[in-house]
Amino acid sequence: MAIIIDENTNVLVQGITGNQGVFHTKQMLAYGTKIVAGATPGKGGNVVEGVPVYNSVREACENHRIDASVLFIPAPFTKDAAFEAIEAGIGVVVVVTEGVPVHDETEIAAYAKRKGAISLGPNTFGIVSSGKCKMGIPPNQYFVEGNVGVVARSGTLTYEITGNLTANGLGQSTVVGMGGDRVVGLTFIDVLKMFEKDPQTEAVVLIGEIGGNAEETASEYIKEMTKPVVAFIAGKSAPPGKRMGHAGAIIERGKGTYKGKVEALTEAGAKVAELPFDVPALVKEALGKK
Amino acid sequence: MKMFEYMGKELFAQFGLPVPKGRMVTAPDEAAKVAAEIGGPVVIKSQVLSGKRGKAGGIKFADNPEGAKAAAEELLGMTIQGLPVNILLVEEKLKIDKELYMSITVDGAAKAPVLIASAYGGMDIEEQPEEYIIKKHIDPELGMQVFYARDIVRRMGFPLNSPHGKQIVKVIQVLYKIFIEKDAELVEINPLVFSDDKVIAADSKVTIDDDAMFRRKELPYVEERSATEKAAKDLGLSYVDLDGDIAVMANGAGITMGTLDTIQNFGGTPANFLDCGGGTGREATAKALEILFGLNPKVVFVNIFGGITRCDDVAGAVKDVYEARGGFPVPLVIRLVGTNQEAGRAILKEIGVEAFDFMQDGAKRAVDLSKGQA
Repeated sequence: MAIIIDENTNVLVQGITGNQGVFHTKQMLAYGTKIVAGATPGKGGNVVEGVPVYNSVREACENHRIDASVLFIPAPFTKDAAFEAIEAGIGVVVVVTEGVPVHDETEIAAYAKRKGAISLGPNTFGIVSSGKCKMGIPPNQYFVEGNVGVVARSGTLTYEITGNLTANGLGQSTVVGMGGDRVVGLTFIDVLKMFEKDPQTEAVVLIGEIGGNAEETASEYIKEMTKPVVAFIAGKSAPPGKRMGHAGAIIERGKGTYKGKVEALTEAGAKVAELPFDVPALVKEALGKK
Repeated sequence: MKMFEYMGKELFAQFGLPVPKGRMVTAPDEAAKVAAEIGGPVVIKSQVLSGKRGKAGGIKFADNPEGAKAAAEELLGMTIQGLPVNILLVEEKLKIDKELYMSITVDGAAKAPVLIASAYGGMDIEEQPEEYIIKKHIDPELGMQVFYARDIVRRMGFPLNSPHGKQIVKVIQVLYKIFIEKDAELVEINPLVFSDDKVIAADSKVTIDDDAMFRRKELPYVEERSATEKAAKDLGLSYVDLDGDIAVMANGAGITMGTLDTIQNFGGTPANFLDCGGGTGREATAKALEILFGLNPKVVFVNIFGGITRCDDVAGAVKDVYEARGGFPVPLVIRLVGTNQEAGRAILKEIGVEAFDFMQDGAKRAVDLSKGQA
């Protein structure tokens, strides 16, 4: 099963002819992702790593069945490219780009919602249904099929924790990056609901960070879940008022603190790991394994 | 990017939002001149990018140009929360009948702009009880329709047909226009005042989205970072000064935070937050390492889990810095895994640097070294 994408997902790469587009198309193909087409305005007719390139998303859709699109598009043009994919009726849009203006992000999220599309990012590492399909930029070797669902705001920290899971014999159903920016498409609750329904997923790892109230809101839903949730929250040592890289990762006016998030999650029944590498043991415990 | 109050007010005025008469100055003589032009009691306000300015004594009043000059002399050279006062705003002293609060910002959880208003604004807005604070999310696809503004005025308890009510409706619409058209993350007026039958923005707080600066070239640029933060920013990296002795670089905001947390857990203290993620190349990574050595730390800890960041780029940068300096002034501990890991480690081997596989082992080693334990 897995959620959002699987081995049958036909993928489009927007911005396939750029540096990052070429590099990650190769990596995604190596992982087994079914990339059927690419799109770059003005570069139609080219072929990248064996993938045909079209001038527009519409043109790609006229020639292939496309289920999902991943964007490697510079920030100033990201809104247009995301709109183009959603307007063409593509159901899953993964926006890797970092540095997209927050008002553009709000518009993308609103349009995706109106058209019933799932949007991940901006500023996401992407999504991996382990062993089946990868959209985005994570390194291939750490994502092995299994029954742990992972949902996160942050990229590299997710590789860290997923790598630890894999090293401890815990494979993943799907690893979802929501994106590190203030306004992103899916929320923790959206993804937790999907994992709760997914037969492959037996436990969920939630990787959050200081700032905002996404983890507190998620806690309300975790109370209702039948599957165990293990969480890690980054930013325990962050001083208030300093923005730690992500647009969301800042403690403002005493809100969005590490302590508040851990309390909300713990109260909801989630196990919270002190440090990233403590996650696998808690997952094993939750699954009743040794 | 935070804007100074006077810049925010210039922006307000440009969009037709009423602000007090006045101008920014940088010298006492100019303050006297502006006070003479205004021709009545004035207020002299320190321009610093910090709240609590009034409570810190950064705002003074004067009845005439001589008084304004004396006040300006006192204020220029003051420091407020560590920030020097170099700029003042001299304005007419308003007759204030009532103070309101009004702001628009982005609510990430709701994925929409949110308007926050209160009929009880001023210095202690944060201490007002919840029932005095009105919050209204604005559907981004609708924008600030006039019905939103009218409903806010109703909820604030002002008659719609009163001169004040009508003006607040306009203020709300203009504020939203500025918020959208100038790519603001925050536009705030505290206080928005009733002065006889007029409604005037007596203060301004405007923060522009850094990610949108590429299309907001018409706005003045305000530098609010330390020299090190600026150097990192010029490389396209995110950096924050902290006060410990272990200089840290990792790739990605989350893992960098996680690295700082881990260092603290082992009893060490991080000197900084430096996120070199997002596909930073070899040259920029080398410059970032130079920034870290420039902090005079006891040890440098590099924690890389390569995704879009390539291990060979990072290792190449480490080698470049090593060769340029003829060795490292303080120990460098590196954890290096992920994309192009083997190529990266081969490069490190050339200069005799061994990489750790796991973050906890690298962090532990860095903490030990920072404490003088070999």
